[in-house]
Amino acid sequence: MSCTLEEKKQAVIEDFSLYDEWLDKYEYLIELGKNLDPYPEELKTDDHLIKGCQSRVWLDYWLQDNRLYFRADSDAIITKGIISLLIGVYSGRTPEEIAADDFGFVADIGLRDNLSPTRANGLVSMIETIRTVAENAR
Amino acid sequence: MNVNDIRIQFPVLGSKAYGKPLVYLDNAATSQRPLPVIEEQARLAKTANANIHRAVHYLADKATDAFESARDYVKEYLNAASREEIVFTSGTTASINLVAFSFGEAFVGEGDEIIVSCAEHHSNIVPWQMLCQRKKAHLKVLDIQENGCLQVENLEKLISQRTKIVAITHISNVLGIVNPVQEIIRICHNHGVPVLVDGAQGIVHSHVDVQSLDCDFYAFSGHKVFAATGTGVLYGKKKWLNAMPPYMGGGEMIETVRFSGTTYAPLPAKFEAGTQNFNVIPTLIPALSFHRACLENMEILDYQKNIREYVYDRLLEDKRITLFGQPESLQDKIPLFSFSVEGVHHEDLALILDKMGIATRSGQMCAEPLMDRLGVTGLLRVSFTWYNTLEEAEYLINSLYRAIEMLS
Repeated sequence: MSCTLEEKKQAVIEDFSLYDEWLDKYEYLIELGKNLDPYPEELKTDDHLIKGCQSRVWLDYWLQDNRLYFRADSDAIITKGIISLLIGVYSGRTPEEIAADDFGFVADIGLRDNLSPTRANGLVSMIETIRTVAENAR
Repeated sequence: MNVNDIRIQFPVLGSKAYGKPLVYLDNAATSQRPLPVIEEQARLAKTANANIHRAVHYLADKATDAFESARDYVKEYLNAASREEIVFTSGTTASINLVAFSFGEAFVGEGDEIIVSCAEHHSNIVPWQMLCQRKKAHLKVLDIQENGCLQVENLEKLISQRTKIVAITHISNVLGIVNPVQEIIRICHNHGVPVLVDGAQGIVHSHVDVQSLDCDFYAFSGHKVFAATGTGVLYGKKKWLNAMPPYMGGGEMIETVRFSGTTYAPLPAKFEAGTQNFNVIPTLIPALSFHRACLENMEILDYQKNIREYVYDRLLEDKRITLFGQPESLQDKIPLFSFSVEGVHHEDLALILDKMGIATRSGQMCAEPLMDRLGVTGLLRVSFTWYNTLEEAEYLINSLYRAIEMLS
């Protein structure tokens, strides 16, 4: 890994600061969602499903050389875009780094609405799952 | 009176969301409040905040008067036979739970049956499921036709000697279809079966006359008809309410309390345990009086009809959109539209429309069995009321097209 977790997060925050308009932010997220690495259909099973109120999220992960790798998918494209951000930042980091992180950067880029626990969407549970996976892998 | 005269009574309608004029189209979830409602609640908090009924002092008398005046008003509004038939609750859900528990205690036993429709809100399903579990009774389900209308012709076949009650929604919160409750009640009564009508949406879009309907119970929430939250109403025929045991114990619902046994207060206090929501229940008066004025105004009714037809036509003509709830006559459809868009997730649409200033509802709308029946994971819903304008409807349709373009 050439850059730190903090640098990765800063890069995402800077990317987002280019967009003043909400709709432009969403355009960008939709683009990210469309370009997310494909997730294997056979892994869209109940044990990979993170059930939310509205959008469904599937998450798969593995540990390799003490680094956690994630791949995920959603039936909603904006959620997929945010997944893409999360995977870009957290996939390939060590469990210790991830477990110690506060995941606050998603709120920093103005997507707190999408992450409010009352929204009960798959994304909130996804972050919880990433955190739990990291803690268990320490 | 025109729509602008209405809008100036609603302070929130002038506000902005993310820099765009707020277009509030989630009225089926809760309606905004007009100034007379906001002012009445503030007035009561400032001048009449005291616990009602028991205390013998000036402030308590004022609070009691306001609370009991609301009961008189609702009695008149629904044309109930007597004020004892009006029970205040926290909302429709509480009203239905009250009936499911107390009616169930008195009249439902092992092997008995209860009928609901597949187009019910969870609040008119789960309380009956809980009752069935408690009593080992069975829940039977009346299906819908492909266009979303109830299969009323199959109701008679579903009713048996063991049917104890039928609980049906007046207007579906997803399909926006006005159910033929009068006919349903007549069929049920022919078999001696009482009917509870879930009026959460019904109260918003029709004149409800409980004596002419002849329903046994009618439940609704004030917050969907411009009152404050926590203003639920349960209408019940006296013969049933008298025969039902209390739902909750404590507070005003008693006559005498002894460790050897307690006797209960007469109606309606028997069903109003604990401190009542006395600061907000009286907002039902200005709310319902505003609502009635709109319901009885031809200009307003015509205007809303235009909005309904405009949105209906625009949604139907777009081949990417599937609209659920298409009764034969548009007369039976309220300005509430739930739909899906091919290849686009309802949550994505709602998020983008939100950023365009439009409040919609996406998801299962508390009607998961209906979503399963329709074969969808969720829908997008827009619901209009008196203060919505044709310009807002046009803005919605244009924004929807734009959102679909973004997401396709």
